[in-house]
Amino acid sequence: MSARTRELTILILVGLITVTGFASVYIARQNELSPGSLSYAGIFFVLYLAAHLVARFTVPDADPYLLPIAALLTALGLTEIYRLNPTDALRQGLWVVIGVAAFATTLITLRHDYRRLESYKYLFGLSALVLLFLPALPKIGQTVNGARLWVRFGPLQFQPGELGKVAMIVFLAAYLHSKQEVLAQGRPKDFGPLLAIWGCAMLVLVATHDLGSALLFFGIFLAILYLATNRLLYVSVGTGLFLIGAAGVYETTAHVRSRVIIWLHPWTIQKLPCHTPHGVELMTRQQCGSYQLVKSLYSVAQGGFFGTGLGKGTFTLPGGGNLIPDLNTDFIFSALAQELGLVGIAALLLVLMLFVVRGFHIALLATDGFSKLVCAGLTFGFALQTFIIIGGILRLIPLTGITLPFISYGGSSVVANFILLAGLLLVSQRANETP
Amino acid sequence: MNARVRLVALASLAMLAALIVASTYWQAWAAPDLANKSDNAIRQVSEFTIDRGRIFAANGTVLARNHIVRTNGRTYYYRRYPLGALTAAAVGYATQSRSRVGLELSANDYLTGADQSLAGAIRQIGDRLLGSTIHGSDVHLSLDLNAQRVAMNALGANCGAAVALDPSTGKVLVLASKPSYNPNDVEGHYDRISGIKSPSCKPASPLIDRATQGLYPPGSAFKVVTAAAALDTGRFTPSSSFYDPGYCIEYEKPVYNFEHGGEKFYNLSLATAFENSVNSVFCNIGMKLRMHTLMNYARRFGFDSKPPIDLPSDAVRASGLYKGKRLLSPSEDGQGDPGRTAFGQSYLLATPLQMAMVAATVANNGKEMQPQLVDFVRRSNGEVARIKPQPLGQAIKPETAMELTQMMESVVASGTGTAARISGVRVAGKTGTAENGTGQPNTTWFIAFAPADAPRVAVAVVLQNQTGTGGTTAAPIARQIMQAILSTTPNSNF
Repeated sequence: MSARTRELTILILVGLITVTGFASVYIARQNELSPGSLSYAGIFFVLYLAAHLVARFTVPDADPYLLPIAALLTALGLTEIYRLNPTDALRQGLWVVIGVAAFATTLITLRHDYRRLESYKYLFGLSALVLLFLPALPKIGQTVNGARLWVRFGPLQFQPGELGKVAMIVFLAAYLHSKQEVLAQGRPKDFGPLLAIWGCAMLVLVATHDLGSALLFFGIFLAILYLATNRLLYVSVGTGLFLIGAAGVYETTAHVRSRVIIWLHPWTIQKLPCHTPHGVELMTRQQCGSYQLVKSLYSVAQGGFFGTGLGKGTFTLPGGGNLIPDLNTDFIFSALAQELGLVGIAALLLVLMLFVVRGFHIALLATDGFSKLVCAGLTFGFALQTFIIIGGILRLIPLTGITLPFISYGGSSVVANFILLAGLLLVSQRANETP
Repeated sequence: MNARVRLVALASLAMLAALIVASTYWQAWAAPDLANKSDNAIRQVSEFTIDRGRIFAANGTVLARNHIVRTNGRTYYYRRYPLGALTAAAVGYATQSRSRVGLELSANDYLTGADQSLAGAIRQIGDRLLGSTIHGSDVHLSLDLNAQRVAMNALGANCGAAVALDPSTGKVLVLASKPSYNPNDVEGHYDRISGIKSPSCKPASPLIDRATQGLYPPGSAFKVVTAAAALDTGRFTPSSSFYDPGYCIEYEKPVYNFEHGGEKFYNLSLATAFENSVNSVFCNIGMKLRMHTLMNYARRFGFDSKPPIDLPSDAVRASGLYKGKRLLSPSEDGQGDPGRTAFGQSYLLATPLQMAMVAATVANNGKEMQPQLVDFVRRSNGEVARIKPQPLGQAIKPETAMELTQMMESVVASGTGTAARISGVRVAGKTGTAENGTGQPNTTWFIAFAPADAPRVAVAVVLQNQTGTGGTTAAPIARQIMQAILSTTPNSNF
């Protein structure tokens, strides 16, 4: 069986799972959903068939598992979004269309040799910086939950950091690949640019107040640095610098400080002053700062071993009104955890691990350094981002609002992840076609 | 470079594996704990789709039932309390907007059917997957509704509480607290509850269950415990003789007999001192026994820890030595003075439930029983699970209990508690009138059990801000409650 036929077979399986998922949501919530909404599952399947066809023509020998895994993750996200808000599901479906278009465009443009991107590295580095700092600009930048991650142009709203992440990985892979030997010698003067990158990560943190993005970018940077230079020392020094910087930001930025305090002590017995739209009131922390985190943990715990079943979770009051804010973006994991239970969540995490395994597998097979770095960087970024958001929800680390790849509702995230997927397939194609 | 790629891959997989571990923690280990958090609205709302079990009094009257509402194609079961304020202290409430309290919280597993046997639990998972309604178990209490009504009426406009127990089983027959509130008002009419005023105490605090949470100086009612220590240690007998000049000397200063306005008894026995509640005698006993022995006996009766009643643990308070709001630990016993502690003053505070347990223990030959509100549970499949009486331990020797019973009988027959006499029934009791400082109104007590020869009820009554004594204010209320319970035929255990 050829790689693409294998891919198609698995995709059909994913399609069946999607239909089952949508059907079970529909059965559980017949009173609220119109039968027409079931066609979203069909539209979704057609989209992935289109993506498959593009892959068949552009990257025929590439890894056959990545696209179906991405499809499964998107399907799971879409099913849960559909369950929470059918209108959002339609919108997310449209973003998947744009994502597939971006996927196709990336594959078609770079099908001959993506390695020419290496010569545009500074262009990537610059655009990454611009994308990262865009939300910090006045007027177009939006503050959501205390962090500036969003940009608004008229009706369009997106998180440029998602695309910035991909651009940053391409830049780092190219830059560190070219400086590989020099850096491995460990001369102090070669570390200037690295310190500059560290400074930028800190600036992003200060400008956006977002610990999660800073952690994500710096983590990716350290991983690629280690891969390129084989110096674990750099990783430890880098981690140390990051911690020092983070401690500094912790001291100076109230938002970051409160995030950490919420993480350590989400529940309080005594009432503390809380800033509300009606002025300062005395409340417990779980009614105030850690409201989201605590409510989301209740949702996770409510799932127990087997979950409530798709469509049967409790997210609203009987009269309407949400029990958990931002459920379909940052907290989609807690919605899934309630409805799928530990069994479903363990399965989901195993699927995510499978994606990561395939990504690194491609990096191992790749024949040149740049390909290895790009591929491992993209995959590590995927894993770290997953860890930061789910780890935040599960209180392993302070909670920050970033999206869960392929699953969360949100246009920029979908588009960026489809480009990431295309990148992995391109590297895989090149590795597999070289005898 | 591949070795490095493998290392980074391992690190990535380790991060994701950590997420599986963390999910397991929250969804398996911590889940029951989070489910019981009072602000867990998800749990509470999801439980409104369960056909919650009803709560019944001993005679089968419904105390809590469901009111069915259908919205958006879903069926919700909301709570209604047909008897309103009458049983609020025990039953509590379960609402959308506020956390649950009372049995609605502590018996939640029964009421939502989560207490099932393995077969039941599997059936329930099946029910949930099929989307059929889950039915909770009905909870039947031992509350004697007639006596409860008598107690609430007798407490009247006072601020206070009454507890009645079956001494041989620990089953709670009466749990009354005044001022009370209507649990039906909690959702939607909360202003009616916050607006409750009382002529007898400020603030009225109707939501506080004074029977289990109210801490009051026990005064002379504590002499039962002191006398138990005196007799049980073998250091004194009922006929031990004392000399009462009207006061006792502690720390080189006189401590006067309060209840008798400085009346002097001169030569008298321990039994006579008990009958007439002579402070100076108990003051001397306390100093002879010392704090350690005194508090040791208090602990045997359950002081210093929360009585293990089947109510939420934050609705029950431990009796003991309090400095400010803090319960002193046993090692800090020395902070109370033994003379005053012996007649229930100094740092000593007790709940009506604890004092009812003291009376019940004496009535039950010194064997203390766990106080229990729930008598049995009827599951949705008709299966009945009885909650068995649980002994807590032998607090004092049966002989000590017998001697105490005789002494307590003379209190009612010819001492300070004659207002509790019931014709044809031997009643054993002890009055208490605790001072709250000069010029301040008193806290009055009466603890008792009856019939003294074959006890069927033990009772404790406390009243705040009284001008009278325990014998004139609390004893008549205790008598009415005991009469009400003795008039009902003994529980036929159907």
